[in-house]
Amino acid sequence: MAIRTFREAVKEALAQEMELDPRVVLIGEDVCGGQAGTAEVGSKGEAFGGVLGVTKGLWTQFGSSRVIDTPITESAIVGMAAGAAVTGLRPVAELMFMDFFGVCHDMLYNQAAKFRYMFGGKAKAPLVIRGMIGAGFSAAAQHSQSPYNIFATTPGLKVVVPSSPYDVKGLLIQAIRDDDPVVFCEHKILYDIKGEVPEHAYTIPFGVANYTREGTDVTIIALAAMVHKANEVADKLAAEGISVEVVDPRTVSPLDEEGILESVASTGRVVIVDESAARIGFAHDIAALIVSQAFYHLKAPIIMVTPPHTPVPFSPVLEQAWIPSVQRIEAAVRKVMEG
Amino acid sequence: MSLSKSKLLQAYRKMREIRVFEERLHQENTTGDIPGFIHLYSGEEAIAVGVCENLTDADYIGSTHRGHGHCIAKGCDLHGMMAEIFGKESGLCRGKGGSMHIADLSKGMLGANAIVGGAPPLAIGAALTAKTLGTRNVAVSFTGDGGSNQGLVFEAMNMAVVLKLPTVFVFENNGFGEATGHNYAVGGRDIANRAASFGMPAVKVDGTDFFAVYEAVAVAVERARNGEGPSAIEAVAHRWHGHFEGDPMLYRADGEVERLRRDNDPLQIFSKQVEGQISAEELQAIDDEVQAQVDDAVAKARIADYPSVDNLLTDVYVSY
Repeated sequence: MAIRTFREAVKEALAQEMELDPRVVLIGEDVCGGQAGTAEVGSKGEAFGGVLGVTKGLWTQFGSSRVIDTPITESAIVGMAAGAAVTGLRPVAELMFMDFFGVCHDMLYNQAAKFRYMFGGKAKAPLVIRGMIGAGFSAAAQHSQSPYNIFATTPGLKVVVPSSPYDVKGLLIQAIRDDDPVVFCEHKILYDIKGEVPEHAYTIPFGVANYTREGTDVTIIALAAMVHKANEVADKLAAEGISVEVVDPRTVSPLDEEGILESVASTGRVVIVDESAARIGFAHDIAALIVSQAFYHLKAPIIMVTPPHTPVPFSPVLEQAWIPSVQRIEAAVRKVMEG
Repeated sequence: MSLSKSKLLQAYRKMREIRVFEERLHQENTTGDIPGFIHLYSGEEAIAVGVCENLTDADYIGSTHRGHGHCIAKGCDLHGMMAEIFGKESGLCRGKGGSMHIADLSKGMLGANAIVGGAPPLAIGAALTAKTLGTRNVAVSFTGDGGSNQGLVFEAMNMAVVLKLPTVFVFENNGFGEATGHNYAVGGRDIANRAASFGMPAVKVDGTDFFAVYEAVAVAVERARNGEGPSAIEAVAHRWHGHFEGDPMLYRADGEVERLRRDNDPLQIFSKQVEGQISAEELQAIDDEVQAQVDDAVAKARIADYPSVDNLLTDVYVSY
């Protein structure tokens, strides 16, 4: 296995699937950049390759008919991807920052997600919407959110929230090959983390949780960047003899309910760490699942570690106070251990 | 442009199918047996048929909430449509879509669409498929005068010009978005001019004149097939019914609709234009056949089974 960054793993997945299947196209603003490599003055080919450089090199490899630079108009980007998907392409559209779903959600929420059902099973829309989520870059209130909870409320959409280079490659290839519309959330703070990644193309099935730490006393359920914080807490507390299991569902829809409940049944103590929302978020959905399905296994009340019910602040001091911290997660684990 | 007699008969038949289908629904709806709400297309038949007679099953259209006419013009089965509107298992969407979501991808019909301005972004996607796969197919979106004000329609027009997509934006200006007049709600009033400002050819035509629509669309479709990019057409016609069935049309002048039915009937206009080529008897024969076909569609839809409740959970995903 090669060592790859999360960013490289995303690009490798895209490149391998584009090579394999001519129906796979990338759509988005500055997925190449520099006017699709045609800028007359000072053009250096791929000016951007995605705003954080994730797709850099793909335009050079595949050209303008496969790596399609668009105007910055998200309704047309997502709508075009939906229309292309239902007529035979397998588009991967990039929203840049997932926050921007606010300007174009109709094309996902009312269109792509519902085609199959509204048309009586006679259509499929195999598209992927990629976008960055997450706080930690001082990107402020409109570039830092994690709205995967909102996407997951919509039947017809699948929602993926990977946490490692290995997972992001396998899940993205699965997303591209999947026949349903997939919202693929990449936490921007993870792009530079490294990990072992097979060089060949592989898939990870949706709806299968990964236990990143195995333990017997407490279950922490977390996604994306929060998985790494949960792992840190688990490693620290192991030295004190507190055995923490970390469950990373990897996909919010479908959700590995059994994988979560199995862990809860064995530990009886639960901390849910979630960056999505203080109200009606992923944590609340998981808590409801556990309370309704595994109540008699619980030895202590569930603790949810979420941001406060505020927009994401700009100043680093405020932002760090907003993001669920290792300290809060550790305190939550100690608290459930008292129960 | 001269069309063969068989082509003219086909166009007339399609327009008659739309008219009879819609007028029958107007009656059927009063029985209370049609769930939900329906939006009728009478008065605008020449637009749908004038457009779709330029297309094949491999070309795509995206439609509006007022979509029955587009579906029929694109070749959707009348029986399947009627059953769908009655919410039956034998409907084109197995009773899961209804009037506002009738679709048949095998006919290139990407769906009626209950979101105003919903079709253009989707149609440019179908056009991107055609361009990417090199099929020479085209995609046409239908949008109303109300929808012409939607931001996502602007985005779709701009995207189509930037990417030179094989698509045609058809704006059906029927005078009203719901109960709000075009003269009130469309700033600048001229939808074709607005489309032209995005950098594509755009013309305004009489949407009650089949030949005017057909010829304008023929130019636009040929341009699209030749890889020369998008065009727009504003077709002006009149809505004979309310926004939805049951709308008392308090925004209409007394006698206005009666006058439109008398002076602006696309089928009567067509019949006059083909005098000498097609006899009154030939047209009457089509009328009779279509009437029988629609009668049969209603009769069968009425006795068809509702979907099994087991179907509630199917078709959400391909796999989950």
